[in-house]
Amino acid sequence: MALFEAQGLHMRFGDRVVLEDISLDFPEGRLSGIMGPNGAGKTTCFNVLTGRYKPTRGRVVFDGEDITGLPPRTIARKGVSRSFQLMNLFNDFTAEENVLVALPAMRQRGFDLIGDAMGDRDLRERAEAVLERVGLAGKGPELAKNLSYGDRRALEIGVALAAEPRVLFLDEPTSGLGTDAIARLGHLIRKLKGEITIVAIEHDMEFLFGLADSIAVIHWGQVIRRGTPAELRANPWVQNSNLGRLK
Amino acid sequence: MLVAFAIFGTLPFWISEIGLYPYLGAEVLIFCIYALGYNVLLGYGGLPSFGHGAYFGIGAYAFGLAQFNLSSSLWLCLVAAILAAAFFGAIVSLFISHRRGIYFALMTIAFGQMFFFIASKWTSVTKGEDGLLNILRLPADFGFAAYPIQRNIPFYWFVFGCFVVTIIVLWRVVNSPFGKVVQAIKQNEARTAFLGYNVVLYKAAVFTLSCAVAGFAGALFAMAQGGAFVQVMNLQWSGVVVLMVLIGGGFVSFWGPVLGVVLYFVARDLLGVYTDTWQLWFGLLFMLVVMFKPEGLAGIWQGIVYRKQKPRSSASLHLLVMLRGR
Repeated sequence: MALFEAQGLHMRFGDRVVLEDISLDFPEGRLSGIMGPNGAGKTTCFNVLTGRYKPTRGRVVFDGEDITGLPPRTIARKGVSRSFQLMNLFNDFTAEENVLVALPAMRQRGFDLIGDAMGDRDLRERAEAVLERVGLAGKGPELAKNLSYGDRRALEIGVALAAEPRVLFLDEPTSGLGTDAIARLGHLIRKLKGEITIVAIEHDMEFLFGLADSIAVIHWGQVIRRGTPAELRANPWVQNSNLGRLK
Repeated sequence: MLVAFAIFGTLPFWISEIGLYPYLGAEVLIFCIYALGYNVLLGYGGLPSFGHGAYFGIGAYAFGLAQFNLSSSLWLCLVAAILAAAFFGAIVSLFISHRRGIYFALMTIAFGQMFFFIASKWTSVTKGEDGLLNILRLPADFGFAAYPIQRNIPFYWFVFGCFVVTIIVLWRVVNSPFGKVVQAIKQNEARTAFLGYNVVLYKAAVFTLSCAVAGFAGALFAMAQGGAFVQVMNLQWSGVVVLMVLIGGGFVSFWGPVLGVVLYFVARDLLGVYTDTWQLWFGLLFMLVVMFKPEGLAGIWQGIVYRKQKPRSSASLHLLVMLRGR
């Protein structure tokens, strides 16, 4: 049974239809990919699934519960976390503070006006563990804005992971990364697979085909193909499309 | 921090020697409390309020009214002032906390003006333009001893004690988990919401807290002046605290507002001796700071100490983000 489902999602901005009858399901513990050309509606789909936009029609179901139209904070508290295509960090915080503020334990203490946020050893250890997990061990004291692009991308995922999600949505995680950084990211995501359910939008077809258990192709706001990477590799439409040249 | 405590902790011993007076020191400290509280909202929360004079005034009136009608206990009257300002701040926060940037700012002006006009016209309570007169500096009763503060030097020490308590409380708050979340909201409100935080509630809470501190400062100001006057609630006075915080460097330092307040009073009391147009020069200074050194005096100081300038874009960006909303 799928942990997370989109059922017949429609999204309209004015007279422009961006999503049309999108139905997707993301099984627990699997990595599901979403691909499609620019402007296909992938990020809008993510925004609907994670609560930024309320769909015009359709339902979003998480663990059997209808979460359609709930605000992002409520969806996040249920165990859904996301990273962003355009990096969305707390730039004036250190890497450690970025992760710290994302921890559920920190959120539970959010209205603590007296305690020392950076003085809690337990919280700091958890933050350090997350940083280590995403390959940023030892970079905790550096300001996020001073990190390299690749490290910022890793931190972006670290912040999403720190929320201890059951479902992690990754929006173009390889965007702007070099070959080495993509390899490191692939290694990280491979480690996460099986631990949590991951849904990734990705332009880098090789990357996605190498990691995903199943992939949905979105074009003109509709799901036009679905299948395993092997099935899609063999699909003439995908082979002839401009989605990326498969080697 | 040590410099601030060294200066303010010894001020009554030397201020007369330089031709100034202890009352000025008390006034400076009261505005330091006001500005430090305001900076939690602006500098840490990135929430620009241009109507904060209203809560300063509410604190002043509440202190006087409590003294006349409720109790002659200094502590109870101070608590009444803090609660009154926090109460009205909380009510206003319900209407403005889901707004951002310029819309948030405009709403604070609207509510500030509303309170100003209510205070001006509700003469049966506030005495209108005449002000609520004869507010006493009640003795500070510690149970085992009552400490009279009618004279300016004892009053200065009392205000200094309040300043120290305010510093400790606000320092704890900005470094607490709550303070971190508020700073996160300032930097990236959308991301904070996606991490499960109810950003509207946090914005309301920090606004209310800041109003409570303004009310506390207002109560002390009413004691200092012996009355509560509606002028402190007007738009100009609300703007003064913004100038103090920005010139001082509230965006880059907890202590920035203290520098801004000191500079303001130095300009008023020293420059004011030579020219009636001191506000023009202070305004020009503000423009220069915003244009060339948005980090303010604290930023200049940090640049000297660390021998390197922070990226100028940082504080400029704060200003821009604050006004545009993210």
